[in-house]
Amino acid sequence: MPSPRPERLRVAVLGEQLLEAVIRLSGVSAIVFVAAILFFLFREAAPVLFASGFELGEFLFGTEWYPTSVSNVRYGTLALTAGSLAVTALAMVIAVPFGLGAAIYVSEFCGPRLRETLKIVIELLAAIPSVVWGFFGLTVMSKLIVRFTGAPVGVNVLNGGIILALMSVPVIVSIAEDALKAVPDSYREAGAALGATRWQLVYRVLLPAAKNGLLAAVLLGVGRAVGETMAVLMATGHAVHVPHSLLDSVRTLTANIAAELGEAPAGSDHYRVLFLTGLLLFCITFVVNLTADLAIRGIRRK
Amino acid sequence: MRAKKIEVDALRLAYDSREVIHGISFDVHENEILGVIGPAQSGKSSLLRCLNRTIDFSASARVTGTIRVDGEDVRRTRDIFALRRKIGMVAPLPVGLPLSIYGNVAFAPRSAGLRRRADLDVIVERCLRQAALWDEVKDRLNSLGTALSGGQQQRLTIARALSHQPEVLCLDEFSIAIDPVTTMRIEDVLKELRQQVTIILVTNLTQQARRLADRTMFLLNGEIVEIDETEVLFSDKPNSQRTRDYVAGVFG
Amino acid sequence: MTPRSRAPNRFSRTPLVARKELVEKLARGIFFVMAAAMVVPLVAIVGYLVFLAWPSLSWELIVAVPRRGMTEGGLWPAFVGTLYLVGISLLVSAPIGVMAAIYLNEYATDNWFNRVVNLAVINLAGVPSIVHALFGLGAFVYAAGFGYSILSASLTLGIMTLPVIIASTREALAAVPMSFREACWNVGATRWQTIQAVVLPHSISGILTGVILQVSRAAGETAPIMFTGAVFFKAVSRGELFPYGLHEQCMALSMHLYTLATQVPNVKESLPYATAVVLLGVVLLVNATAIALRVWLRGRKQW
Repeated sequence: MPSPRPERLRVAVLGEQLLEAVIRLSGVSAIVFVAAILFFLFREAAPVLFASGFELGEFLFGTEWYPTSVSNVRYGTLALTAGSLAVTALAMVIAVPFGLGAAIYVSEFCGPRLRETLKIVIELLAAIPSVVWGFFGLTVMSKLIVRFTGAPVGVNVLNGGIILALMSVPVIVSIAEDALKAVPDSYREAGAALGATRWQLVYRVLLPAAKNGLLAAVLLGVGRAVGETMAVLMATGHAVHVPHSLLDSVRTLTANIAAELGEAPAGSDHYRVLFLTGLLLFCITFVVNLTADLAIRGIRRK
Repeated sequence: MRAKKIEVDALRLAYDSREVIHGISFDVHENEILGVIGPAQSGKSSLLRCLNRTIDFSASARVTGTIRVDGEDVRRTRDIFALRRKIGMVAPLPVGLPLSIYGNVAFAPRSAGLRRRADLDVIVERCLRQAALWDEVKDRLNSLGTALSGGQQQRLTIARALSHQPEVLCLDEFSIAIDPVTTMRIEDVLKELRQQVTIILVTNLTQQARRLADRTMFLLNGEIVEIDETEVLFSDKPNSQRTRDYVAGVFG
Repeated sequence: MTPRSRAPNRFSRTPLVARKELVEKLARGIFFVMAAAMVVPLVAIVGYLVFLAWPSLSWELIVAVPRRGMTEGGLWPAFVGTLYLVGISLLVSAPIGVMAAIYLNEYATDNWFNRVVNLAVINLAGVPSIVHALFGLGAFVYAAGFGYSILSASLTLGIMTLPVIIASTREALAAVPMSFREACWNVGATRWQTIQAVVLPHSISGILTGVILQVSRAAGETAPIMFTGAVFFKAVSRGELFPYGLHEQCMALSMHLYTLATQVPNVKESLPYATAVVLLGVVLLVNATAIALRVWLRGRKQW
């Protein structure tokens, strides 16, 4: 005969419902924080954005950035954007081949012990703080550049590009490696059964199969590079102009905010324009991350 | 005529647009063993999951029709956890929870609110005995449930299913992953349990249904081909040629 | 060349096979070099920094305070400041992060709303650190009225490092097989009972790893704290354990490195290198702990 069924303590049931409510709330918190970031950026930038006499086109595409000029204030960010683009592009030219190559090696060619070691190295490389990278660029790398290229100053696009490449490689390697790992072993076995060497497998089977994930890896690397602040602040110099060569000093969008925010009085136009620049940055990284996520969604669907 | 424990009426189940169960109706009598036979992908497992509402965890599943247990529509039940405790479920692959053996069997009563150690001790021993596992594990109740063999873990699952005193016990191809000796022991357990519990036995081993079931239902591609006394289904008297063919092993 | 009198052995080395082997060796070599190209910078940077920092490295460095306009002396206030910032940001991001991950992995169904939530997490992770600084400035320093303070800086850091904890926790939760959850639901347990009894106890290692990673990220960040509460210099006594109030500003290791490298003239050459080494040491040590923890706990799996 079944004994009378036990009942959960009312306290326990209520406590659980409360906890589950808090959990759901926490889940939504990410949306709240992203929305809050957007909100506060907009709040500080809005007065300038909607002021009469402010031209969005000139802000985005003007090359003259003189925020502190007394007589003729100009807020053209194109030079800064060009700086960001130049450094990021150089960084990707270096980081993408090396990153993908390393990912292919770790995923397909090396033995398990070496793989563990390399993965640890990647993690440690990724852990180095950006200010340390910037310091390295400012002191060591700049001297090397001056010595080997005869440039007058060692802080320039080349310096920033190399440093950013080193910072982005871990991101590219780990996401690319995940993408390659996600390709089912049955593909590899089928290829091997047909007599393919590992290189042929990689080139003809795995790279096409993993291309979504590899694209995502590159995009996330780009996102990392574009959003980097301290390292480029210290390694690329102070000149706000469109770069004409690798050895020109530049300033990126990110570094510019960091450099000028301390000087701009709160509530001033300069201050608000810096927030507007932040808004621009947010949009750029949003688009890059969204694209990367859509690409990754492609691999998970399989 | 025995009392009806479960009444299924015009049950339809679809995963997104793919319909898996096409409007079936049948009853399960109290304290009988109902065998459900049929080839793979006939909807047998999905049917069980509709019964204890674990189908809810499949986001793409759409259920229409009614299932009544003791007259209560399961889809309108006030307390879904009480429903799941009323219906015990044994899955095809043995699952030992990563808790101690004691913790495995005490898990359901504890979740239901039972706290006294003495009461839990009684339940743990009773259920392990009923599942024919007590003698093998009584000295190591604190060892990990996942460390048991496959056959032991399946009996542990049965003990777990019994620990919340279900009135209906559903077994979904329970013998797939275990050895014949353990299977026989569990079949003996089921024969004894019939006096207290109504049992629905889904199996693809037609001979198992023949051994155990009072009535048997042949489910093919989401439709009931035939449901009748077991001896009728397994003789040359069944109504449908398909039943005769399946039982004889012509297909499936 | 005399033709063979018999058909060639199936496995003999034809020119095609030889070429395939060569390409294979070449590919393997090139990819190895690319992988090695990651090891070399790590070792080179750490080695070089240590080498140049050597004259200033000592325990004294950590405990002493800066002197003579920070051209000499130690790192104590910055070291303690970093501990404060990291600790408080952890208090903020750990609970929210773990619970958010539990929601995403255990409760969220696959509908449009939760896809937006997922997108928000990814975006939060991708926001540039300077934009976090702007957010902290606008939201905590001004709008909330906390002013330039440890509180503002820690909150900014906490929100910034939230994705780290969410990602690690999700991975840990997802590693628990679904069959365990189904077995619990079958006996009438609620979602939370299942999580509490089976899922969480077996995810602790991953969660801990995430927490440790958060600590290392927070310790290394500069931009978010530069404009919300970290400051170039603050007078603190040597070895004092609780020198800062929550509403005060503080020094931090990362900020200190930036200051020494760019704002302080005539600093003793090895001092900034030593600061870099100390910061790097803290961060790499914390990360190494996380890695070791992960490896150790992987060996103790219970199923």
